[in-house]
Amino acid sequence: MSRSYYGRPVIKEPVWHSPDVAGYLFLGGLAGASSLLAGFAHASGNSELARASKTAATAAIGLSTAALIRDLGRPKRFLNMLRVFKVTSPMSVGTWLISSYGPLAGAAAASALTGKLPKAGAAATVGAAALGAGVSTYTAALICDTAVPAWHDGHREMPYVFAGSAATAAGGLGMIAVAPRHAGPAVRFAVLGALTELTAKSLLLKRLGEGAKPYQQGRAGKLLEVGEVLTAAGLAGAVLASRDRTTAALSGLALLASSALTRFGIFEAGRASARDPAETIEPQRRRLLKKQSQPSRTLPR
Amino acid sequence: MPELTTAASDPAALAGYDAHPPRMGFFTDTSVCIGCKACEVACKEWNSVPEDGLELTGMSFDNTVGLSASTWRHVAFIEQIGRPGDATTPPGDSRWLMSSDVCKHCTEAACLDVCPTGALFRTEFGTVVVQDDVCNGCGYCVSACPFGVIARRETDGGAHKCTLCYDRLTDGQMPACAKACPTQSIQFGPLDELRERANARIGELHDQGKDEARLYLENPADGIGGAGAFFLLLDDPEVYGLPPDPVVTTRDLPRMWRHVATASAALAAGALLATLRWKGTSR
Repeated sequence: MSRSYYGRPVIKEPVWHSPDVAGYLFLGGLAGASSLLAGFAHASGNSELARASKTAATAAIGLSTAALIRDLGRPKRFLNMLRVFKVTSPMSVGTWLISSYGPLAGAAAASALTGKLPKAGAAATVGAAALGAGVSTYTAALICDTAVPAWHDGHREMPYVFAGSAATAAGGLGMIAVAPRHAGPAVRFAVLGALTELTAKSLLLKRLGEGAKPYQQGRAGKLLEVGEVLTAAGLAGAVLASRDRTTAALSGLALLASSALTRFGIFEAGRASARDPAETIEPQRRRLLKKQSQPSRTLPR
Repeated sequence: MPELTTAASDPAALAGYDAHPPRMGFFTDTSVCIGCKACEVACKEWNSVPEDGLELTGMSFDNTVGLSASTWRHVAFIEQIGRPGDATTPPGDSRWLMSSDVCKHCTEAACLDVCPTGALFRTEFGTVVVQDDVCNGCGYCVSACPFGVIARRETDGGAHKCTLCYDRLTDGQMPACAKACPTQSIQFGPLDELRERANARIGELHDQGKDEARLYLENPADGIGGAGAFFLLLDDPEVYGLPPDPVVTTRDLPRMWRHVATASAALAAGALLATLRWKGTSR
């Protein structure tokens, strides 16, 4: 056990709230990946899946934006985000990304639902799909570009966890929304996503080593554990019985929920790691020991 | 106003100030701190920082607990009572460490890097300041700071921290805390000069056999490029609630963006793969 100041945290716990920001991590991923799926479904003539995914993307990004604004300390000043563009701030990059993506996703959905302006709708579909990939994954940089140990130290794997989780959610939603004969791409997207998410997550935990504890204990540990059970169940359903309408919908629901639990679990793990001074101090001590071949300090550890 | 400098490595020059005053900062020598908290009071009074609780914490004489949106100077009190096996304090002996903590005004400031509104900015003195009328309370700086300095004030929703008394500096005055400090534990001045003073002081203490004295954050080669406010400590940083080897998170951001780009491409490829019509699959 490392020494600390009365057991007080070294860093501040993130002021971002759950469900607002944790929910945004999930909904943003769902939106972006849905737009990608919609883009390719649209291009391949699967208009049922394309329409459902476009609608889902619009609803998800709308809710996301509302949640993000609500989470601000001064929501009325939301537009101050657009005063500057800073590549050193993932939140700045993300705001500009969402501001361009949201209207495109909305236009794509509106055209698909009303059947009006098909050419403009197709162009918006392409645009939303192109930006959707970034919308789904930039949130990994958003949380990892912090001093929060469980987030920052997982920055190499987090984008892949988020990409996988986003595909899982978008595929799962497609499986719920359209009949099995149109849902083939959604099933395959969800399966690819779930496998990616599971692999990337286990690599992340392996790299963190001793620092993986916040992901394995407490509320975060439970959320992620239940998430994995649901992922496995949804995967099994998707692979074995996606031709059956009910099984497909239930599997889709399980995958959608598992994606949400993954995001909420990662969010909680970060908060827990910020609260524990040892999570901040011990990795830094280990780094110092590695840097100094001989102990140069005169004090016991 | 002191003479103008234009060193390429100094943060004010990097922020775009062509000609600017020398980088100003604090050297807090905790070996002479007497725990009077005059710095806490002077800071509150000068900056009109609101009251933020009057509670007894049981943490020695510390009742402000740590730096926060409404505590910009914080005096830590550590009671060490010698126990067998403790190299710093022999059995039966005891010492009382006191240290006035403050925003470090990092050379590479994570709060400033991640601020999405431009509310946080670098001053001509090389310090880091929040513009309260721009801040929208997104809280990103709070999670980015490796020292837990900046925080959001619940009563107004904005992020707040030490300004190194920017208003006083522009009038050629020293910050309120340094002015109030009765033992010169808090020293204010051009950073170069402070570093010289600190090195002299460390030599003096080591000559007296106080080998436990060490400088913290004075080294421009450290993980934050050195601090504008650095310290002389008598024990490991974590004992004072400070991180032992902080590294600014944005150093890893280029790598994060590369992984985000790769993951985005993989996600797009996955969607394409899933949508292609395979032999024997439904569309």
